[in-house]
Amino acid sequence: MSQQFEIGHYDVAEAIDHLSKEQLLSLYRTMLTIRRTEEQLARSYAGGKIPGACHTYVGEEAIASGVCGHLNHDDAIFSTHRGHGHALAKGVSIKELIAELYGKATGCSQGRGGSMHLFSPEIGLMGTSGIVGPCILQAAGAGYSFQLLETDRVGVAFFGDGGVSNGAFHEGLNLAAIWDLPTIFVLEDNQFATEVAFNTVARITDVAKRAEGYGIPGVTVDGNNVLEVHRVAGEAVRRARNGEGPTLLDCKTYRTRPHAEGMRDGGYRTAEDVEAWKARDPIEQLGDRLVTDGVASDDDLDEIEAEITSEVKAGVAFAESSPWPDPTTVMDHTFSSGS
Amino acid sequence: MRELTYIEATHEALSEEMAKDPTIFVVGEGIGERGGNFNTTKGLYDLYGPRRLRDTPICERGFVGLCTGAAMTGTRPVVDFMFLDFILDGFGELANQISKMQYMSSGRLKMPIVLRGCIGMGGATATHHSGNYYPIFAHLPGFRVVLPTNAYDAKGLFKTALRSDDPVLFLEHKTLLNTKTPVPTEEYTIPFGEAAVVRQGEDLTVVALTLMVHKTLEVSQKLAGEGISVELIDPRTVAPLDIDTILTSVRKTGRLLIVDETFAPCGIGSEIAAQIQEQAFDDLDAPIRRLNGLHTPTPYSAPLEKAAIPQPSQIEQAIRDLMAE
Repeated sequence: MSQQFEIGHYDVAEAIDHLSKEQLLSLYRTMLTIRRTEEQLARSYAGGKIPGACHTYVGEEAIASGVCGHLNHDDAIFSTHRGHGHALAKGVSIKELIAELYGKATGCSQGRGGSMHLFSPEIGLMGTSGIVGPCILQAAGAGYSFQLLETDRVGVAFFGDGGVSNGAFHEGLNLAAIWDLPTIFVLEDNQFATEVAFNTVARITDVAKRAEGYGIPGVTVDGNNVLEVHRVAGEAVRRARNGEGPTLLDCKTYRTRPHAEGMRDGGYRTAEDVEAWKARDPIEQLGDRLVTDGVASDDDLDEIEAEITSEVKAGVAFAESSPWPDPTTVMDHTFSSGS
Repeated sequence: MRELTYIEATHEALSEEMAKDPTIFVVGEGIGERGGNFNTTKGLYDLYGPRRLRDTPICERGFVGLCTGAAMTGTRPVVDFMFLDFILDGFGELANQISKMQYMSSGRLKMPIVLRGCIGMGGATATHHSGNYYPIFAHLPGFRVVLPTNAYDAKGLFKTALRSDDPVLFLEHKTLLNTKTPVPTEEYTIPFGEAAVVRQGEDLTVVALTLMVHKTLEVSQKLAGEGISVELIDPRTVAPLDIDTILTSVRKTGRLLIVDETFAPCGIGSEIAAQIQEQAFDDLDAPIRRLNGLHTPTPYSAPLEKAAIPQPSQIEQAIRDLMAE
């Protein structure tokens, strides 16, 4: 059942034919929103405004954008420590995200979480996590709920190559497979778990091949090509909604910033590699193609850029001016009824 | 009034709540058609079907994590561990996810999950089928930890657990499973955080946990004949802990002994002792004493097992010693 695709095999022009201009520009806007917000967060971190960890998603934007492009607010996603992109793609506002990283009461977790604990369940963001692996199981659990409740909603897990060698990956995929759960497992293989190269900790790095062992489809995708991610994710979501069970997507990508802001970024990969992947930038690829194919003009893209830049600026102002959480509320929400 | 066993009581609570609330489902090894190793779900598969009585592979981390996600998205899982020792393979999901989910999400998510399993030493179950572990869970913010000691309490507390939006550890001492008490047919629940005064007394307060409630009651009845009047308290839940009931009793008796089958260090007795001396130091007529099982893995062989568990003779001696101070 495992399907293998060569990276870059996909005919982008064909996808452009299938998607409306609105859909294409929406994908572009989501990716650029993530990029510009992440760049701001990196500046804010460097400026001392973000006290905790800050793992950016720069270079990987096509995956969250392409997958979440198929999801509704009542579909549930479960994310990782590198989760800003998933939060934004699912619909968390820029200002709520920035405010959370600033530790403000107006943040999406009201200052209780920070970068690694972003929650907005009202729109299906069921949390980013500081622990690698649980999101896989929780997304299967969302699938369990949605199946039991007889809805057509889906659960989605995003995780990195660092998340496929632990028990949660095996147990989650097996449970989802045996019960035909409506779950999509999205591997973002950026090739390093922090700074440990995936090919030094896995004999077979094409993780899609493992899907066959669970009896589910596994698809390798160019994770820097948002149209390909969007197409393959669309089929996975369709299968899930239709009661056909889970799918594993193995998206090959690369982060072009350090593991976390403030960290060095050398010794484990070469500058040449980083530059080569920057040349395959998912946002520029789509933008260039849209202009070349006459789907959008430079002015259209410039307009989107200007809108996002303005939103990010407003988000920073919002975070700066927002109040700190009230210390007397520190124990609130430990239990369902107050503290 | 009719009598039910402890297992029959929790079974009835589960079946009644599953009939009322279609979002409740149970997972575990052999809890489907088989009905559970301890008959915890006997016959429910026929009533509620395979999706609500779901047999799992042996992968505790997997199904605990899955049930976490389910509890976050509108259903109410009950995880039946059979022996609670097996829960430890899913400990990361418990300590890092389940107990923290409501807090991390600033209360926008609830965590209605019940984690049940048998605890307790005895019967040559040896060290992988006899753990107690409740002090570990009581230590972590976010859990409700329930230790029912009879059928009546088990039904009322299990109903509360099944309706709770907080994660509940429902821990059943295996020696108690077939003990009977009267259980009314009428609906009732027992709230968490309310201790039971099992026996009124004047001279000395004993707080006992799980099976030790029964052992201490026997000893207390014997000592009553000698004029030693023991007040026996069963906390019923250790998180939340009803310290007020213990405090009221100690203010009356001036003496406190805590009897607990499991380990002394960093245990429930340590916590009770600390809180009581903080709040009632001037009311104490003697040091607070603890009697615990030995701080060692549970042995298999009968004489070793007996040596590791507090015996009635030791409880009696501890009471006599404390009365003499």
